[in-house]
Amino acid sequence: MKVLVPVKRVVDYNVKIRVKADGSGVETANVKMSMNPFDEIAVEEAVRLKEAGKATEIVVVSIGPAQAQETLRTALAMGADRAILVQTDVTTEPLAVAKVLKALVEKEAPGLVILGKQAIDDDCNQTGQMLAALLGWGQGTFASKIAAGDGKVAVTREIDGGLETVDLKLPAVVTADLRLNEPRYASLPNIMKAKKKPLETITSDSLGVDVTPRLKTLKVTEPPKRQAGIKVPDVATLVDKLKNEARVI
Amino acid sequence: MPILILADHDNVTLKPATAHAVTAAGKLGSDVHVLVAGRNAAPAAEQAAKLAGVAKVLLADDAAYEHALAEPVTALLVSLAPGYSHILAAATSVGKNVLPRVAALLDVAMISDITAVVSADSFERPIYAGNAIATVQSADTVKVITVRTTAFEAAAITGNAPVESVAAVADPALSSFVSAELSKSERPELTSARIVISGGRGMQSGDNFPLLEAIADKLGAAVGASRAAVDAGFVPNDYQVGQTGKIVAPDLYVAVGISGAIQHLAGMKDSKIIVAINKDEEAPIFQVADYGLVADLFKALPELQQAL
Repeated sequence: MKVLVPVKRVVDYNVKIRVKADGSGVETANVKMSMNPFDEIAVEEAVRLKEAGKATEIVVVSIGPAQAQETLRTALAMGADRAILVQTDVTTEPLAVAKVLKALVEKEAPGLVILGKQAIDDDCNQTGQMLAALLGWGQGTFASKIAAGDGKVAVTREIDGGLETVDLKLPAVVTADLRLNEPRYASLPNIMKAKKKPLETITSDSLGVDVTPRLKTLKVTEPPKRQAGIKVPDVATLVDKLKNEARVI
Repeated sequence: MPILILADHDNVTLKPATAHAVTAAGKLGSDVHVLVAGRNAAPAAEQAAKLAGVAKVLLADDAAYEHALAEPVTALLVSLAPGYSHILAAATSVGKNVLPRVAALLDVAMISDITAVVSADSFERPIYAGNAIATVQSADTVKVITVRTTAFEAAAITGNAPVESVAAVADPALSSFVSAELSKSERPELTSARIVISGGRGMQSGDNFPLLEAIADKLGAAVGASRAAVDAGFVPNDYQVGQTGKIVAPDLYVAVGISGAIQHLAGMKDSKIIVAINKDEEAPIFQVADYGLVADLFKALPELQQAL
């Protein structure tokens, strides 16, 4: 079974982001970029499936600027076999990404697509569900466990009340939650090896997909700042403040 | 055109999150309909009918909807969509699972996790873990939206809307429910509790969470946790408060042994009063806390329990 793993290049999760002064967006120039953490988990899961003999080939895909090649190289160093960059400088929305991925799935015919459940930049949490919809496949979102079987995959999902397990007919789409696995660090020899793995660059036009955004961003602003309060010396003072000042208990 | 809300429920009980989505829908200026898709879900539909501002409840009762699987519920919503200007759901694990699938089949963009309605086509939503707020406008014919429940009050229980049955549509049969492992607790639900007390890595072990639970029981509070505590296996995943866990905004949030990573703050910084108890006085959590106590939690928690 071939596994397709889409990955996104995002502002590193440790970076304290800044809103642009003109309110047009968030500053991304000269900021450390990394693979979306949920996508790292997705790559790791695919690599584990391959190591367990359940997957035969792992193809990683990114849709974004030329620099997304670095993100793809990271995935190759983790153990993916081959990479495709769909190069565009447009800020792509989840629906556009899902359409590009659908076109690629039709070409590559994977048995399973694993994505991160959300990107930590736009926090949309949409792409996997949209891809599953466009393909007419089943979806297992927010996965904390994947068990691939014969013609189906059992996905344990993190839901509001706890955990839920669903069986999906293959092919299917799964989105990774935090506790699916702990992604490995790529070793130096694997980073060197990754440089020689195939990375193909294509355009969204060549796939016949229109990636023009549908939503118009009117403005981006800073959230209201919360002021630090006071330090209290002991538990008794804390309880007194909560009772008599804040009046919340 | 009216607005359709997908209810979140377990067939017996309507989840409080839905009442918050009704308030958000009320700001759009049209009739609000609520769809309850479930199996033997009449009790949940009756509760939806009592929410103020709801004009009609649609009840689709069929075995295919018992567990709110994304594929059959989406098929139902897509079949109903032509009569509606907006399709909403609370940003719960059900809403987040189903609505993007609906949007894709309708070929429209989706707007996740709105925190304000600017107009019928423009909405505010947090990005970058709430470190920026984007105002986005949609020109699509149907707007598909999930609602951050903490940003909207719950609708009052003063309504009396009619409940109408709608027929089930063909189940695509792409997935099937196997099992659920739900946390059982007598305490209030995390996302709707008036007081939340959360533990982090500083708790050191799940065995120490009873220290928090004893206080929670005295205050009628829910118990939460940081990602670090969940990842370390102290408590189950449904305790997690943060960017990718639950978003809470109680009257009082008590963070115990939590350092205050951006990802955690994203889930609780809209709480009215924040208390932090941490032995590290440099912990970032103190920058958002109204009351900070620099102390060893193993000493402070028993004292707090005594003092309440």
